[in-house]
Amino acid sequence: MNGDLLLDVDGLCVQYDMPGGAPLLAVSDVSFTLRRGEILGIAGESGSGKTTLITALLRLQRPPAVTVAGRARFFPRDGEPLDLLHADARTLRRLRWERIAVVFQSAMNALNPVQRLSSQFVDAVRAHRRLSKAEARRRAERMFELVGIPAGRMRDYPHELSGGMRQRATIALALVCEPDVVVMDEPTTAVDVVMQRQILRQIARLQREAGFAIIFITHDLSLLLEISHRIAIMYGGRIVESAPALALHRDPRHRYTVGLRDSFPPLRGPVPQLLGIPGTPPDLRRPLPGCSFAPRCAHSTADCEATVPPLQTEAERVYACIHPHRQAVEVQP
Amino acid sequence: MTSVADGGPVLEAAGLTVHYPVHRGPIGGRVVHALDDVTLTLHPGRIVAVVGESGSGKSTLARVLAMAQQPTAGSVRLSGQEVRLRSRRARREYASRVQLVLQDPFSSLNPLHRVRYLLARPLALHAGVRAEAELDRRIRGLLERVALTPAERFIDAYPHELSGGQRQRVAIARALAVRPDVILGDELVSMLDVSMRLEILNLLSGLRDEERLAMLYITHDIAAARYFTDEIAVMYAGEIVEYGPSEPVTQAPAHPYTKLLIGSSPDPGREPALDGDDDDLGEPPDLVAPPAGCRFHPRCPFVMAHCRVSAPPRVDVDAGRWARCWLLVDEVEPTPRQTT
Repeated sequence: MNGDLLLDVDGLCVQYDMPGGAPLLAVSDVSFTLRRGEILGIAGESGSGKTTLITALLRLQRPPAVTVAGRARFFPRDGEPLDLLHADARTLRRLRWERIAVVFQSAMNALNPVQRLSSQFVDAVRAHRRLSKAEARRRAERMFELVGIPAGRMRDYPHELSGGMRQRATIALALVCEPDVVVMDEPTTAVDVVMQRQILRQIARLQREAGFAIIFITHDLSLLLEISHRIAIMYGGRIVESAPALALHRDPRHRYTVGLRDSFPPLRGPVPQLLGIPGTPPDLRRPLPGCSFAPRCAHSTADCEATVPPLQTEAERVYACIHPHRQAVEVQP
Repeated sequence: MTSVADGGPVLEAAGLTVHYPVHRGPIGGRVVHALDDVTLTLHPGRIVAVVGESGSGKSTLARVLAMAQQPTAGSVRLSGQEVRLRSRRARREYASRVQLVLQDPFSSLNPLHRVRYLLARPLALHAGVRAEAELDRRIRGLLERVALTPAERFIDAYPHELSGGQRQRVAIARALAVRPDVILGDELVSMLDVSMRLEILNLLSGLRDEERLAMLYITHDIAAARYFTDEIAVMYAGEIVEYGPSEPVTQAPAHPYTKLLIGSSPDPGREPALDGDDDDLGEPPDLVAPPAGCRFHPRCPFVMAHCRVSAPPRVDVDAGRWARCWLLVDEVEPTPRQTT
């Protein structure tokens, strides 16, 4: 997984222009890197900016969202690095699907309901590869089998598949041009736990075999801990902590990460009294001068409320907290 | 069913069956087996979780228990009396004892009304509270019970001014307004942010402990069910396949489906996490033509010949726990899965 640099996002800021008011800063100064073959999880609750971040990065955002600062350098296998945030439409068209693919949460909306799956796949492949229809179809059939759907189902319309199969079909569709990175936005939220497990295992296997990188976005930290190499936690539009998955689980620094981790009741071991995180998520319409988590934090002081805590680096992790948590827990085997 | 020392059951469902007729299309004239022969008992001061995948019949069960829907067969008894809702008055009386709280607090609260009005309606309709001062006192009391304090901050708010967690508290307060004996909660926290869920779960366990409410809590999250409920009923394809106290059901599941459900749930402590082979774990069956015999047999790793032909009986496992599985029947020796 310690491959070459694939994506380097630096100082990304996205705002929403509000009618007759000050703009709302939905993503503030977000920086992260992604290496070839790395699985980066981004966890955050509603309104934390994770989807805004991704749509800005992929240049899929629509007004009133505007990217106001930052750059996102993408390093192709061959050729010069380029900035995704300033690439022209032609470059983007070449990159999408071919190098950067996306899997959205709602599989039903991602597939064309009036086209058979086979023709959607053939279209996607032939838009990017010079292949005959028959070759494109064979390639699509191979992808179908890789995600565990019988090739015969390619003749179906999307509504003829179950929810789990549809979601697997969109994953196959994303992978059909062998991209360098796949962005997955809550790909398993709409399916049941058993199907979720099956899809995650398939993603993990395909990733091991093909070596693409993944940016996996979800509100479910417990799921990210299982699949990611590295996890970034977003709160109030910022990345407040980023660390290798195991370190983030056993020994988080930011107080919000601790609260989020301890919001998932355990399936095994003793049942502790859990409190969740008191208070409510930040209102981005009324940004605070200091740490946006301070009003909910039991450890906040006047310093926390005065200025936004700077990102601190410690070994393989970064965090934005001036009273960090330091108490590793032994996780029950 | 389990007997508890502290008084009899408050709500009993026996043999509840719901078959939805299909009127048109290629399967017109047949029925969807949403719920088949479900028996369940709720006691004061206890929470029963109903756990299962979508389509397993969980929400249909809640709707039937709330009498929002007629069962095809079976009966519901409230405090020992069989429930027959023939008049509006009888319906209202039933609703004043059994309250359903829905999943989505963004659509279950009328956006045009303030919290005050939303809570005053049930007080006026069910408790006959009309005097302004008394209403105000009761509404503030309700807000305090669901920890929406100070009450002044919330009493004149519109739903859109509240967070999801606060809205769900208003929905719970509205159910509590009629002083029910039973609360039926359908996926109460699944629309809420993770950090807000525990406050609602802790609120519900407080209501159980302090006010001795009986509760049915429907969820797909078996870890949350283990956290705060007393018993768990695991549903599969319209049937309860395992039932018992939460700890044994989650720590030593007896039914292969319960095992699959627990093995599939996210569990950060588990290693190796995703290195296993990605066997096809299967999907829930077609409820128009459910599998013969045990409904889980097409997905079961331990399937035996007679699982395919005859439905397994209810077998007692240990104290207060039973499951429907041929593996638990002594006379039948388990044989490995036949590869075809």
